[in-house]
Amino acid sequence: MALNCRHVWDCISEYIDGTLDPRVRADVERHLATCEICSAILDSTRNIIILMADDRVFELPLDFSRRLHAKLRDVLKHEHPEPV
Amino acid sequence: MTAPEAPGTAEKSGSETALIAAILAGDREKFHLLILPYEAQLFRTAFALVKNAEEAEDVVQDAVLKAYRKLASFRGDAKFSTWLIAITLNVARGRLRQQSRVVVDSLDEQREGNADFTPAALTDWREVPLAALERQEIRMLVQQAVAELPDTYREIITLRDVEEFSVNDTADLLGISAALVKVRLHRARLLLQKKLAPQLSRIAKDESKRSGKRSLFGRLSWL
Repeated sequence: MALNCRHVWDCISEYIDGTLDPRVRADVERHLATCEICSAILDSTRNIIILMADDRVFELPLDFSRRLHAKLRDVLKHEHPEPV
Repeated sequence: MTAPEAPGTAEKSGSETALIAAILAGDREKFHLLILPYEAQLFRTAFALVKNAEEAEDVVQDAVLKAYRKLASFRGDAKFSTWLIAITLNVARGRLRQQSRVVVDSLDEQREGNADFTPAALTDWREVPLAALERQEIRMLVQQAVAELPDTYREIITLRDVEEFSVNDTADLLGISAALVKVRLHRARLLLQKKLAPQLSRIAKDESKRSGKRSLFGRLSWL
């Protein structure tokens, strides 16, 4: 089935995740092959997902880990895990 | 980042099971090792809800202590990472409730269905600017765009695209259906695309103009 751009936008997230029905996927791919706008939207969405997953975007506060383990050390010294 | 679905998961969960058994048998210090791979994940998840670094750190400390105290109730049928994240989400939500800052689930289905989610139509930005993440300006743009998302979308995108939990795990963690996870994720991604693609593409263009070549935004081919 020939899809218009709006249909393709509605499928972009599932297309990226690879969860589209194979027939719809084939329709989307046919559209993408000839539509520069949709294929650019797909690429930029995928770029942003890749950026989001990069550890450098959301950095931890300085010494976060040291403070966490110091706090934990205090508790571990005195407490056992609770029995079930 | 810890990818919960990464290869070697079975091996990892085996060694986690051994660590948990040792801790419960009295080797309490091993708890430090058990949580080490998940610290960053817990912080980012807490931050997505409370939106404040200091508070997110408090949430993680409370959640980790709670996980330690309740360790005997962890069942091996769930992944340890999912269990820890679930505790962190609960602690964060508890705090928001105390401050009457409930996560607003104002996006009812009808409104979500009718919203205009037209992406930004660009034809000239296809590079992955991973090298550009060295620049604080770029990191800030991404952080700000995520911070400005509606609460429910920020939660979803953090669990799915930052922490890379599966759709089903995300649905379980948030207590919503897998179908709703997909709908919200799709919209969150398009909102980010609409906001970020024009900004990042402008920076990419300025950069290549300045340097005369694509030094920071080298073109990578998609597989």
